[in-house]
Parts: sequence; C-alpha cells; structure tokens
Amino acid sequence: MIHQYKLNGYNIVLDVFSGSIHIPDDIAYDAIRFLDEGKSEDEAKAALRSAYPGISDEDVEDTFSDINELKEAGKLFSEDVFREVTMDFKKRVTPVKALCLLVAHTCNLNCSYCFAAQGKFKGQEKAGLMSFETGKRALDFLVENSGTRKNLEVDFFGGEPLVNFQVCKDLVAYARSIEKEHNKNFRFTLTTNGIGITDEVIEWANKECYNVVLSLDGRKEVNDRFRVDLGGCGSYDRIVPKFQKLVEARGGKGYYMRGTFTHHNTDFTNDIFHMADDLGFSELSMEPVVTDPSDPCALTEEDLPVLFEQYEILAKDMIRRKRDGKPITFYHYMIDLEHGPCIYKRVSGCGSGTEYMAVTAWGDLYPCHQFVNDPEYKLGDIWNGVTAENIRDEFKLCNVYAKPDCQNCWARLYCAGGCAANALHATGDIHGTYEYGCELFKKRIECALMMKVAESKGDC
Amino acid sequence: MKHIETVETRDMAVSAVKGGCGECQTSCQSACKTSCGIANQACENKDAE
Repeated sequence: MIHQYKLNGYNIVLDVFSGSIHIPDDIAYDAIRFLDEGKSEDEAKAALRSAYPGISDEDVEDTFSDINELKEAGKLFSEDVFREVTMDFKKRVTPVKALCLLVAHTCNLNCSYCFAAQGKFKGQEKAGLMSFETGKRALDFLVENSGTRKNLEVDFFGGEPLVNFQVCKDLVAYARSIEKEHNKNFRFTLTTNGIGITDEVIEWANKECYNVVLSLDGRKEVNDRFRVDLGGCGSYDRIVPKFQKLVEARGGKGYYMRGTFTHHNTDFTNDIFHMADDLGFSELSMEPVVTDPSDPCALTEEDLPVLFEQYEILAKDMIRRKRDGKPITFYHYMIDLEHGPCIYKRVSGCGSGTEYMAVTAWGDLYPCHQFVNDPEYKLGDIWNGVTAENIRDEFKLCNVYAKPDCQNCWARLYCAGGCAANALHATGDIHGTYEYGCELFKKRIECALMMKVAESKGDC
Repeated sequence: MKHIETVETRDMAVSAVKGGCGECQTSCQSACKTSCGIANQACENKDAE
C-alpha cells in the first residue's frame, strides 16, 4: 500500500508497510500513481508518455528503473507482513508500565469542556482526594506488575493534581525510595491547570518530573472562554506568569503547553503562535476538543477544511521558524523517522487497559483516564489487581488489524488504531473508529512527513 | 537514482526482528490525553535497528 500526496510544493510517497518515504519528481510521481491504479508497467509507461508528450525514452526507462530498484529493496509497494505479529496478542504477557493517578477528583477551575468533568468524571457526585496510602499501594501495584520493564511512568492527573500536592510529593519520595531495589526508573509527569503553582511546586516539578503538561488554550480571550474558576473568572492572567516562571526554571527539561481548540477557535494556529511569540514557549501541543456533538463547542464537518488549512499553516510556519534558527515543537509534528517506534508498537495500540491504566482516588482501575467511572470498563482495583480479565483481553486484542475501518487506511502504522475511548464514545465500540479524529490525524501526519521531506531537502 | 529521492527511515521489517522491548512511553501519556498517536514516541532501545 502506498499513499501519495503533494504538499507545500513537494511530491511525497509513503510506502506504508516499509515506512519508507520517497520524494519523486513529477514524472516518477505519476508513474507510481499509474502503477498504484493497477496498470501494468507497459500500461503505465504508455500513460506516462501520454501525460508527458515530450518525454524521452531514457526518462521513462530511468523512472521505472528507479521504481523497480525500490520495489526490489522492499521500499515501494511492499507487502503487509505484519498481521501475524498480532495473532498471538491475547496470549502475550502485558506488564503494566504506566499509571495515570487521579490524585484529585476535584478542580479549582470549572472548564465546561472538561472531559473529566472537573475530576468527577461521568456524573459521579462525590469529589475526593487520593490518600497517600492508596497512592503508595498504586505504586506498589505498578512495580509488582511491571515484570522486567525498567522505565515506569506515573502521571499526576485529575481533576487538578496540585489540589493534592502533598500526596504527589510524598508519592514521589516513596517511589524514589524503592526504585533502586526493584531496578526501576520512575518517570513522573504533572498535568496542571497552573492555579496551584507556587515556588515550591516549581522546585519540586523541575527536580522530580520528567515532563510537565501545562494547560493553556492560547490567547487570553480563547483561554478565558472555558478555563474559568468557580466564580466564572478567566484564569489566563493568573496562570501565564506561573507557567513562564516554571518553564524558565526548568532548564531545558521536558514540558508541553497543552491547549484545547474548539468550534469557537478554529483559527487555533493564532493560539499556538501567541504562546510561542508573545509568551515565549517553544514546546506546544494543541488538541481538538473531545465532547458530545450536541455541545456548541464541538467541532463540525464544516470546520474540517478550516482545520486542515490551519495544520498546513502551522507546518509551513514551523519550517520557516526552523530555517530562521528559532524552532518550535508541536507535539503532533514530532516524528523520528530513523529511531521511532518499532512495528510492535505500531500495531499494538496505545497500551490502554494493558500497559497503561488509570487509578481513581479510591484505588479502582480503569483502562485509561477517559474510561474512569464507566462501570462496564472497571478492570479491578489496586489491591486485588485486574479481576475483569475479559476487559483486559478485549484491550489486548484491540489493534489495527482488529479494527475493520483501519484495514485500508494508510496512516494506521502512525496511530496504532487510534484512541479506544474516542472510538467507544463515537461508535459504542472500542473497535470502532472516531472518523473525525482520523481525518485530523491523517492531516497532521501528512504535514509532519512534509516537514521531514523539507528537512531532507535542506529547506529548513 | 535520477527521479526519486528517499528519506532515511527505520526499516519496519527489521524492527519486527529486533523490536518489541516495550520500554517506550505509552502513547497518550506525554501530552495529548485525548487522542492517540504513536508516531511521536521515541524508541528507548538504542541498540535496535
């Protein structure tokens, strides 16, 4: 399977199963297209001569010589030989290597688009904080179930985790006290809305957290449309200086400014550029809102072409910035073509329900943070482990080859089948696909690959 | 080659032989939290091809 497209003046051909990316000239681009349409080589040559009346025999022969060389090298029109990799997925042992700790089922902001409903999730009435004892048991559960995996990831999430900062600190101290004896390396991530950031939080986060995710939607008027406190006051003026102070003190360690865009700011590149140019942030992530289609802030079909254009604007501008020596990072445009994921990672899905689980403040286990409080998807708890093995098996088997809609998709080895929670919410089945999300994802990958092509051409 | 340039990429078939250590980050952990992509995950196995 191949995927070919033109973007920003480049001809791009992705050979899906080898992962190869080619930059053909116009003649070769069309020759590949003719072959992909099912034409024989002779028919493709005839079509090429028809499309390019002045073309020399040498150019035609050289073009097909190039194509055949790549085919023989397994880099063009390569076959899908990876299906069998997934055949024994139900039997595979899946150590747990990451936990999302919902240390606070409450929040000091009241963002109406919050998929976690301010930490209450799915209409749960009670708010609550994770105790140290529960968190400690969660870390023990992780160590006990991580097998030989060395790197263990723990995300402080909520709600707003800094509402329960002392427990976050105590849990990190506990993890550090046990990681050597178990030959583990804990990597902590803090996801915060910024309200609770203090000098102490900054010092702790920059010392202990491998990554921090700082929630900001961009321009003040955009951020303050949704990211408001319980009194309805926007958070921008309170959080931006704190974020800037934290990032400045971070000394180059990983962080992301993480925004959400909605139907109300489909020009979201202006929010990204605001964070980069006006606020001085360079590590940026901007996500499409996940909400019910009936919500006025939900993205619409009419928004799609606008969003596609926005992603192109962003990619082209990032090329310019890199060329000018002032690059920014956009989470979804980060692709390491030479040292990226192996094929096992690419076919086995995101890891939710198997390698990655969410833990509520009360110690219940769910496949990920987006399934929390859905009784049909409760896996068990941190004291008794995973007791709903049928659910875990369902997630084990949920991969790109198990999803009918993915079978003819060129992007499947870049998304690994997509988000199970989004699929469930869109189709009622984790094996379904959230088509709107797929469209955005494919556009982002096209842009990201184009940027790599520009880089290889020396254009940035 | 005269008509096609190729960008250097990881060979997926080779990765099927030497990959699968599982040390890499889970997909949704680092920033997005509401979508899934594995393309931006780095391989933790420095010896893998």
